[in-house]
Amino acid sequence: MSERFDPKIVAFFCNWCTYAAADLAGVARMKYAPNLRTIRVMCSGRIDPQFVLEAFARGADGVLIGGCHPGDCHYISGNYKCLRRFKLLKRLVQDMGIEPERLRLEWISASEGDKLRQVVNEFVATLATMPPLNLPKRFVEWDKEVAILREQVDAAHAQEEQQEVSTHA
Amino acid sequence: MPEKPKIAFYWCASCGGCEESVVDLAESILDVVAAVDIVFWPVAMDFKVKDVEAMPDKSILATMINGAIRTSEQEEIAHLLRRKSQYIIAYGSCAHLGGVPALANQFSREHILEYVYRKAPSVTNPAGTVPQPNWKDDGHQVTLPEFRHVVRALDQVIDVDYYLPGCAPSPKLLAAAVQALLKGELPPKGSVLAPDVALCDECPRKESKPTEVSFAEFKRPHEVIADPNLCFLAQGLICMGPATRSGCGAACITGNMPCTGCYGPPSRIKDQGAKILSSLSANVAAEDEKEIERILSGIPDPVGTFYRYGLARSLLRRRVDLKGNS
Amino acid sequence: MENNGKQPRIGVYICHCGFNIAGTIDVNAVCEYAKTLPHVALARTYKYMCSDPGQEMIIADIAEHHLNRIVVAACSPNLHEATFRGALQRAGLNPYFFQMVNIREHASWVHDDRAAATAKAKDQVRAAVARVQFHKPLERKRFNVEQSVLVVGGGIAGITAALEIANSGKHVYLVEREPSIGGHMAKYDKTFPTLDCAACILTPKMSEVREHPNITLWTYSEVQEVSGHVGKFHVKVRRKPRFIDEDLCVGCMECVSACVYKEPKFEDEFNEGLGKRKPIFMPFPQAVPPVVTIDPETCLKFKTGKCKSPCATVCDRKAVNFDQTERIEEIEVGAVIIATGFKAFDATRLPLYGYGIYSNVYTSLEVERLVNSSGPTAGDIVCRDGRKPKAIGIIHCVGSRDKKTNRWCSRVCCMYSLKLAHLLREHTGADVYQFYIDMRCPGKGYDEFYERLLDEGIQMIRGRAAEVTDWTMTPEEEGKLVIRVEDTLSAYVRRVPVDMVVLSVGMEPAEGADEVRRMFNISCSKEGFFLEKHPKLAPVETATAGVFIAGCCQGPKDIPDTVAQAGAAAAHAVALLDKGYVEIEPNTAYINPDHCSGCKSCIPLCPYHAIVFDDGLKKARIDEALCLGCGTCVASCPSGSIIQNLFEDEQIFSEIDEVLSNV
Ligand SMILES: Cc1cc2nc3c(=O)[nH]c(=O)nc-3n(C[C@H](O)[C@H](O)[C@H](O)COP(=O)(O)OP(=O)(O)OC[C@H]3O[C@@H](n4cnc5c(N)ncnc54)[C@H](O)[C@@H]3O)c2cc1C
Ligand code: SF4
Ligand code: SF4
Ligand code: SF4
Ligand code: SF4
Ligand code: FES
Repeated sequence: MSERFDPKIVAFFCNWCTYAAADLAGVARMKYAPNLRTIRVMCSGRIDPQFVLEAFARGADGVLIGGCHPGDCHYISGNYKCLRRFKLLKRLVQDMGIEPERLRLEWISASEGDKLRQVVNEFVATLATMPPLNLPKRFVEWDKEVAILREQVDAAHAQEEQQEVSTHA
Repeated sequence: MPEKPKIAFYWCASCGGCEESVVDLAESILDVVAAVDIVFWPVAMDFKVKDVEAMPDKSILATMINGAIRTSEQEEIAHLLRRKSQYIIAYGSCAHLGGVPALANQFSREHILEYVYRKAPSVTNPAGTVPQPNWKDDGHQVTLPEFRHVVRALDQVIDVDYYLPGCAPSPKLLAAAVQALLKGELPPKGSVLAPDVALCDECPRKESKPTEVSFAEFKRPHEVIADPNLCFLAQGLICMGPATRSGCGAACITGNMPCTGCYGPPSRIKDQGAKILSSLSANVAAEDEKEIERILSGIPDPVGTFYRYGLARSLLRRRVDLKGNS
Repeated sequence: MENNGKQPRIGVYICHCGFNIAGTIDVNAVCEYAKTLPHVALARTYKYMCSDPGQEMIIADIAEHHLNRIVVAACSPNLHEATFRGALQRAGLNPYFFQMVNIREHASWVHDDRAAATAKAKDQVRAAVARVQFHKPLERKRFNVEQSVLVVGGGIAGITAALEIANSGKHVYLVEREPSIGGHMAKYDKTFPTLDCAACILTPKMSEVREHPNITLWTYSEVQEVSGHVGKFHVKVRRKPRFIDEDLCVGCMECVSACVYKEPKFEDEFNEGLGKRKPIFMPFPQAVPPVVTIDPETCLKFKTGKCKSPCATVCDRKAVNFDQTERIEEIEVGAVIIATGFKAFDATRLPLYGYGIYSNVYTSLEVERLVNSSGPTAGDIVCRDGRKPKAIGIIHCVGSRDKKTNRWCSRVCCMYSLKLAHLLREHTGADVYQFYIDMRCPGKGYDEFYERLLDEGIQMIRGRAAEVTDWTMTPEEEGKLVIRVEDTLSAYVRRVPVDMVVLSVGMEPAEGADEVRRMFNISCSKEGFFLEKHPKLAPVETATAGVFIAGCCQGPKDIPDTVAQAGAAAAHAVALLDKGYVEIEPNTAYINPDHCSGCKSCIPLCPYHAIVFDDGLKKARIDEALCLGCGTCVASCPSGSIIQNLFEDEQIFSEIDEVLSNV
């Protein structure tokens, strides 16, 4: 890759720890890379593996999950459920050909604004060394093989209709 | 006497089981068969594509297409039938979701051809011949359908009106679908013609499932003799029932095998595999990372386990690092 | 899409927040962009959206332009979501037809690149516009508030809070881990800067606690389990057996005199180990409650079973009860104040200063006891080796402002070191040296106190002491401890020989703070002190509604600040109780019974046991009163049959799709 590329990251942050840490980083005016698009959930336990796959399928280069440290979940144990899902999801995603580094889970407490900054910068740096994932583009590419036929069919159909119109006229 | 409604059947990348299920059915709905004209059914009757091409557009009431779409020929016929039919029904897991053939979406086309024609232990092919879409032989141009890179569900190639899920669809559901067709009492376009509740709802073992199931270990069906009355999940055997539509009458469960998910997910779910993964792993009985990993290692092949029938219609569709066109 | 039968008409507002946002993000570009998004009826920017005119603008627009959805891109929803929802409500719109976009904390404040920050703002606004279309009208649930408060920790913070609340007529449960309330303050002789006698101001308050009809005091007790939520916390308190019936004991101490140990033999915790106590003891004469406690670790009856127990015989009130067992009290309270204080830094962690190696090295807390007229030496300053010190060195910042131990400043050590310098000099006439990095004496009368000490002839040496050693170089140093330091004001390395060294140890989170924090579901800052909801605007509240913090558990501070916080926490608790009800965010989950298959997978996942299996319907059901809205079950339901209000699948999917829709 010659050009510098700006990875797109979808971040799912739990309200009580990591979202608050991002607030704190803001209050402290810490600077970090502008690549995150953050989605707030109440707890990392709310993060459905479907959300992660959807984010990849829609074009994310990386997905960052942020929750409270083990034992610190505002809802007692949501982060353990998140961790368990993450463990298996990471394997699944890897089996599907997505580099495991693209999916990241971090425990960032409400006071760790600086950790948030570091994690984001590091994640962006890692993703920037990899080619863009850009699944929507890959899907289009895959589907070129059927698009050709579909276009032919549509064109033939249009032509016939055209003929019909002219015969009726 | 008014003309009988015309029905067609077609098969694409499938095992033939779905065809078998229609044959199985014939007896029980003889009156239905009597009520329709089967105008195209390559597996059972002799028709030519030309016959179909000659039909006026939309002259077939409904065509049931089973099997996934892997070749250019399947695509072409699907398009043709789409034009000639009022309703296209994706019949069975493969047409619905890609089915077992879509598991091939984990491998490249080259890898598959290489393996199937050269490397597989059962192959004797000293010349290493591999089928070619175009071949000149003795001055004659021979063609074969193109083997696509990607396995697709039917609706990834043509517009589909209804889905009859299952590997294969249960006779009950097929009968109900045909009745609805004939009476013109069809649900909204795009519907899956099976209950929108997961299998546990009709599973005979539901009662036996405790409310506090958590997994200290996952076992695979060949490793144990399953208790014939206890919910599989309570035995640590992965059952896809909770993430799979009902309508099969819990066929596999009744045969003492856990559900593998052939009816696909309920309408509220985008990705069947992700959802069962979420549920199973959340209930793993460990908080320690290493222990979590150990327990989850009891699921050695998450893709094959959770997407046995649904890979083509999953959110990622296919191993994303494989080439699309070459 | 639920929109009261109407097409969504969305109003989008982009806040400048003065220059806070507009300085980095092109708010006009974001606004123009918002106008192009589907269903956006109007978009505006404004200087301060949260101000009254900002809110009034939304209210007027709702009426005039028939808006039915509002998106505000401004600061964090944790600050102003409630503000804007209030505005919607006043405009007659359901307050949940609202979505906030955080373009300040999460964008303008953390990025320098104007184009990138603006692009981010656009993406997030687009996602909010998409999401808000799926919002549904919701109602906040109301619960009655239990009319009592739990105060955990009976130091000056807990005592003050308990009394304030009790005086307002509410009931207080005060739970203290030690046999007596009083906390650290009870150990001091005098308090800075006024040098008033600690006991004289604290003891009356302690007695007041004991006598107050609205206070239930449980000492020698700890909170074991907490469940429920603001307005109705269910708490289990474990009361350790003290083997004395508290209701019978009058504190006459006949039993203590009668004990088979004629002389006190065991380390006395209250005196920091400088004195001795018997197995049956009262920690200090003014202890509250004024009852004795038997320590089973040292009592012969428990250790050998062979003691004749003269203590029990001599007590004519029959208060001694060797069969006493642990008791669990279960209470329901509407609010909680945590005041578990601090722990002094363990000086053995810095062996360079010789604590535990040289007998004449003391911690400040020990010296507090030494100078105390009711302490182990009755206020006589005699070193462990029997020496009366002629030169004393006080080393500041031990375990504070030091990357190797604790990074933070403990705030009180400079001041109490001056206090101890004064008292030591007063008691001994010795030369007192202070080794300090900076003198930090902010506070009413504090700097004046510093000046007074300078006038008293205390020697101030600026520099972090390097070590304390008994390795002597000159005859004058012989038999003394030498403090080595670089005097940074005169720029040379000094060796100061002294008879006694006092280490001004800093403050750390109390023993067990972590368990307390987890039990009450609050966070802590990096150093382990409990985290307030907002460092400036909500210093005694926590992220958990109904749980307040006061005193040194929140961070190092002196007594005046501790008392002020305790008062503030009490006011919060009383206000909550007086209001009588709490409203809870409607972000709870529910199960659609037509969709649920009854697979039961969700049931074990709920941390609050809110999900039950309905044996009649054969489906799962969520008790909404118990659900706190974490969404864990929602993410797990394998058939997508659980819905979380405000965090519905389609709402979140629409956000994901839209933040990425320009990829
Ligand atoms: C050496 C020294 C001298 C000082 N001198 C002065 C001075 O002169 N003037 C001044 O203004 N400040 C002084 N301070 C500061 C002062 O000690 C604190 O400001 C004050 O003690 C804070 O009160 P608190 O109630 O928050 O904490 P604490 O006094 O620590 O009280 C906390 C209480 O909570 C109890 N507790 C802890 N955990 C639990 C639990 N899990 N369950 C139940 N109970 C629990 C403890 O047993 C204790 O009784 C000095 C500090 C030190 C170290
Ligand atoms: S998990 Fe499988 S075995 Fe258990 S109740 Fe559901 S369908 Fe039946
Ligand atoms: S039990 Fe599952 S795998 Fe078996 S037929 Fe039914 S849906 Fe298909
Ligand atoms: S997980 Fe879903 S389907 Fe299963 S019992 Fe719970 S709500 Fe019903
Ligand atoms: S969202 Fe579900 S798991 Fe979370 S508290 Fe509510 S019922 Fe329990
Ligand atoms: S609230 Fe942060 S992980 Fe549960």
